Amino acid sequence: MTPVPGGRALVRSHVVTGGRGTPSRNTLDHVTLITASREDVEGLEPETRRLVRLCLGGWLSVAEAAVHLGLPVSVTKVLVADLVDSGHVTATAPAAPAGAPSPQLLKDVLDGLRALL
Amino acid sequence: MGSALSSDPAYLPPTVRRAAKILVTGHFAVGKTTFVRTLSEIEPLRTEEVMTRAGELVDDLAGVEGKTTTTVAIDFGRRTLSDTLVLYLFGTPGQDRFVHLWEGFAHGALGALVLVDTRRLADSFDVVARLEDMALPYAVAVNHFDGAPRYPDDELRQALDLLPDTPLVTCDARDRPSSVRAVIGLVDHLLLHLPQEHP
Ligand SMILES: Nc1nc2c(ncn2[C@@H]2O[C@H](COP(=O)(O)OP(=O)(O)OP(=O)(O)O)[C@@H](O)[C@H]2O)c(=O)[nH]1
Ligand SMILES: [Mg+2]
Repeated sequence: MTPVPGGRALVRSHVVTGGRGTPSRNTLDHVTLITASREDVEGLEPETRRLVRLCLGGWLSVAEAAVHLGLPVSVTKVLVADLVDSGHVTATAPAAPAGAPSPQLLKDVLDGLRALL
Repeated sequence: MGSALSSDPAYLPPTVRRAAKILVTGHFAVGKTTFVRTLSEIEPLRTEEVMTRAGELVDDLAGVEGKTTTTVAIDFGRRTLSDTLVLYLFGTPGQDRFVHLWEGFAHGALGALVLVDTRRLADSFDVVARLEDMALPYAVAVNHFDGAPRYPDDELRQALDLLPDTPLVTCDARDRPSSVRAVIGLVDHLLLHLPQEHP
């Protein structure tokens, strides 16, 4: 662990929890957008490796990644969360956090839809 | 790519970083899949969702060891709306046994569009009532099937027990502009009813 200025070791939560209930996992949903941020896949499990390879092609939602890998979304979320924690995958923050989407997001959706007509 | 994928990925435009989600729901065979297909820029995909016997959406496998699970497929499609924004549409089944699954999908969704078939209005009662119970805002779109009866809006509103400000539109799930207008009806409504936290 990297020592931090205050003297206490910075322990990532997934180390503490053994990979369960990590913060990154809780923020993931079907439409979280992901891409690969590291190419090295040595030492990764085969499923995780396939996910990184898929993500190397560009950005996709978690739901799309799951379909392309032939895995349930719940399983894919676990893999994505682990890869976010290991720095292999970058994930966007939710555009509409639970509850209230921002007026800007709604306006942009509306403009985009109107442009389709 | 070395390892086989189930399908050819269609990556998003590289500048897209925001994803919005809308649910398209309604009773059996009301046109959910057709609607998603009409609006999607990619061939619609089907997720595999894990549910517990009690019908809860399994989000984290750690919580369900030892419980009996079952899977259900959910159709979804996607439409890029700008350089930075993409919209995902999930066709979520309206039947009672999927209610908890639905709640999982509702998390982070902008709202729901409820498709209604006027030949089977009674089948929509539960779906509308359930949305009313959930905090998810919604609009109702009559998916007009050939030969289906046409009712005046006020009769439909009364039959479905809609609140006065719930949008009610008519669409043809096979027609793109008509389906786009139905989603616009929903998003217009969402903008009008923004929670107070956002000035
Ligand atoms: N005439 C007409 N037929 C439609 C319309 N929308 C859907 N259909 C047809 O109705 C049938 C059911 O449509 P789906 O889109 O599969 O309905 P669904 O709600 O996804 O059905 P389930 O997933 O089985 O509940 C299909 O044969 C469609 O081609 C419409 O607007 N007009
Ligand atoms: Mg369907």
